[in-house]
Amino acid sequence: MIRIENVSFKHRATPILTDISLDIPKGGVVALIGPNGAGKSTLLSLVARLQPLQTGSISVDGLPVDTTPGRDLAKVLAILRQDTTIASRLRVRELVGFGRFPHGRGRLTDDDNAIVDGAIAQFDLADLSDRFIETLSGGQRQRALVAMAFAQGTDYLLLDEPLNNLDMYYARALMRSLRSVADVNGKTVVIVLHDINQASAHADRIVAMKGGRIVADGTPAEILTSDVLDAVFGFRMRVETIDGTPFALHQF
Amino acid sequence: MTAAVSKPSPWTGLIAGLGLAVLFVLSLAVGVSPLPVNRMLSDPEAMQLLAVSRLPRTLAAVLCGAGLAIAGLIMQTLSRNRFVEPATAGTAQSAELGILLVTLLFPAAALWVKTLFAGSVALVGTSIFLATAHRLPPQQPFLVPLFGIVYGGVIGAVATFAAWQADLLQFLSVWTNGEFSGVLRGRYELLWIAALMVAVAWIVADRLTIMALGRETSIGLGIDYARMMQIGLVIVSVITALAVVVVGMIPFVGLAVPNIVSRLMGDNVRGTLGWVAAGGAGLVLACDIAGRLIRYPYEIPVGTVMGVVGGVVFLWLLFRRGGHG
Amino acid sequence: MAERRLFGLGVAALVVAAAFLAIGLKGNIAFVLELRLLKLAALVQVGVAIAVSTVIFQTVTGNRILTPSIMGLDALYLFGQMLLVFLLGGVGYVTLDPQMKFGLEVLLLMGLACALLLPMLRSRLDMGLMLLGGVVLGVLFRSLQSLLARLIDPNEFAVVQSASFANFNAVRTDLLVFAAIVTVAALIIAWRARHVLDVISLGPDAATGLGVGWAGTVTGLLLLVSALVAVSTALVGPVAFFGLLVAALAERIVDSRRHAVLLPAAALIGVVVLVGGQTLFQHALGSATALGVVIEFVGGLVFLLLLVLGSRK
Repeated sequence: MIRIENVSFKHRATPILTDISLDIPKGGVVALIGPNGAGKSTLLSLVARLQPLQTGSISVDGLPVDTTPGRDLAKVLAILRQDTTIASRLRVRELVGFGRFPHGRGRLTDDDNAIVDGAIAQFDLADLSDRFIETLSGGQRQRALVAMAFAQGTDYLLLDEPLNNLDMYYARALMRSLRSVADVNGKTVVIVLHDINQASAHADRIVAMKGGRIVADGTPAEILTSDVLDAVFGFRMRVETIDGTPFALHQF
Repeated sequence: MTAAVSKPSPWTGLIAGLGLAVLFVLSLAVGVSPLPVNRMLSDPEAMQLLAVSRLPRTLAAVLCGAGLAIAGLIMQTLSRNRFVEPATAGTAQSAELGILLVTLLFPAAALWVKTLFAGSVALVGTSIFLATAHRLPPQQPFLVPLFGIVYGGVIGAVATFAAWQADLLQFLSVWTNGEFSGVLRGRYELLWIAALMVAVAWIVADRLTIMALGRETSIGLGIDYARMMQIGLVIVSVITALAVVVVGMIPFVGLAVPNIVSRLMGDNVRGTLGWVAAGGAGLVLACDIAGRLIRYPYEIPVGTVMGVVGGVVFLWLLFRRGGHG
Repeated sequence: MAERRLFGLGVAALVVAAAFLAIGLKGNIAFVLELRLLKLAALVQVGVAIAVSTVIFQTVTGNRILTPSIMGLDALYLFGQMLLVFLLGGVGYVTLDPQMKFGLEVLLLMGLACALLLPMLRSRLDMGLMLLGGVVLGVLFRSLQSLLARLIDPNEFAVVQSASFANFNAVRTDLLVFAAIVTVAALIIAWRARHVLDVISLGPDAATGLGVGWAGTVTGLLLLVSALVAVSTALVGPVAFFGLLVAALAERIVDSRRHAVLLPAAALIGVVVLVGGQTLFQHALGSATALGVVIEFVGGLVFLLLLVLGSRK
């Protein structure tokens, strides 16, 4: 379980997060939604100890993120930030292989290799595995980065807008992969999404943020209503239910 | 990383090893008093020359070259910028300032004490550089080395001023311009520490590769980012200080070699470290041999030869890369 | 406003010049005064040449932190000088008339500078790439120069040593008259081009739109810059950051990029800093040789500051 208690965060004098408390139990897909500047990415990076906590506390499976050795946390929790740029000339297979670093400190066992192969296959990277990252398209690179986070094999997976750069085919494929690791392997996926319909179609729970606070929290059916979405995004949109899943028609 | 490293064919390794061996023997043979390879081990006088002068000189070139190339590789990894090396980050100039200061304050100190002091000053200078370089916009990668070169120039101006006042300019030029002609048995052995530093780099090679992916990815994979930064900086500072104190700074080795290896083999440090070290050793050996031959029987310092060779390589790298983004 | 400040700068320049001539005057006054006048003339020339060439160069390249010497022009001059010695042979070179030698060197620098810089400007390189390329070119030329020096005379260490910093104390007064002709001619051309320079500073597209042939004008201006750099380098040696210091100060003080104001302001500040600094170091600090190093130090810091501040905007 990820437990966030009374977390506030300021950048210089500007408050980014204000008194956030949130429990995310083990298993399932949780989507973070909200307008730009809501503090979703900051919250994610605090959970992943990429930035130091200022006030409040965060723990993952009982491990406080600010005091647990980074190496131990890396076996429990993997993070993929948005816009991760890789300037190194690494091959796709090498990059995905570094996802296993927390486990073997660089030495890949046969088991590790099997996991790396699995991640490469899952994200359709087999044909690209000997290519240098810099020669890939934006979407291919994004898939390689997601595969690396997958290969880390942690119980918790934090993804910050992983659908960026992905076309419809791979966006759908990624969301279905996330769904399946949650269902089959019992993993916990926390994902920042811009597309609320992706959240509705694939997440078990949606947490909506605005102005550094949590403004709504519930199942897709509870969050995707005209009233709640108006409160979060600032305009009314039509919501239609197709095969039991609500979809927001936000283009009109 | 067994399967993940794309190994170059064994032939490449063999040819490279042979090339290095040929350079090594050539370096033993070439000099003011000729030393034919076939008599090297039979003639006692030749043996003496070999043991006292040629072998130490050759070993010093190998150690310096390998060390500086690795130092450059680590600098590029830590700063995530391909154009940074000890001479373009103020490291070398800080080490020069350090050795100058300790020579002024404690002229009688042992060489290793002076080296340690120079290394500490280099560490401080490089840390300041990295801390400031992080403030430069990442989308303009050329500003970082530019900043580093001018930063080094400012430190160099301080050193020159101090040397001027103390009438030590002659000494300063010994430290700023690498030269192997003064290397004799008993006067280069400190350089073996550079080999030790290369070994440390080998141990942390995987962590270095991950460091190059950025702070967030490193922390995400459980690496103690701040501590690795310190380890890397210590390696770089120690190697640079050793080179400056024992033979004088050799520019561009740390820049040219890692860049060429990266282009050929990628950036997985575990796979490329050996090649970078061998490449640095080979390049410095070749430049030293060239320096001995160009104006035979006089010698041209290796720092000068490397300034020309490395400068051309740097420009080539710069404008080849710049052409497509 | 700007004109009043310009006037103030003029007065300051006169004051430091007078101080340079008058302070500590004793002994054979006529002799000392003549010596000092010669030196003053040289320093004024160097200050003005560096200031004006830097301002023009910044306008041509559209960049406030570039200077001719950051782009390696003074290293190129020294390299050219050494190349002439190498090609003509030490003996043949020594017998040449110094004025004639200097003329040859100036022409060589103008040719080399255009050959190197014009393609760079044409291709409109990224600013950082151009800067770094220039700095590395400078390092390369210095290395080549010391390599040539070693080839010509393997035992000569002093040549390499003295070339790294400017020495305002040992001015080459024998070149003064010829250098003065070059400087004055260049200044007249620069002054007449002041409005064209304003247009050029808008960039190649706008300049072409306003009817100024960009390529031709820029080539001419680069030749001008090369001549001025040759003058200052020949007289005192390389000065990497002095021009930057002066140009940055000038822009701060007159608060304008109009060349009719900026050019004279920069020139006057060049004189004030150089002559004032020399006076100060000679009399107050007692070590005149150090001025070159101190200017490098301060100018280098200014450069770093501009780099960090400028990129944060």
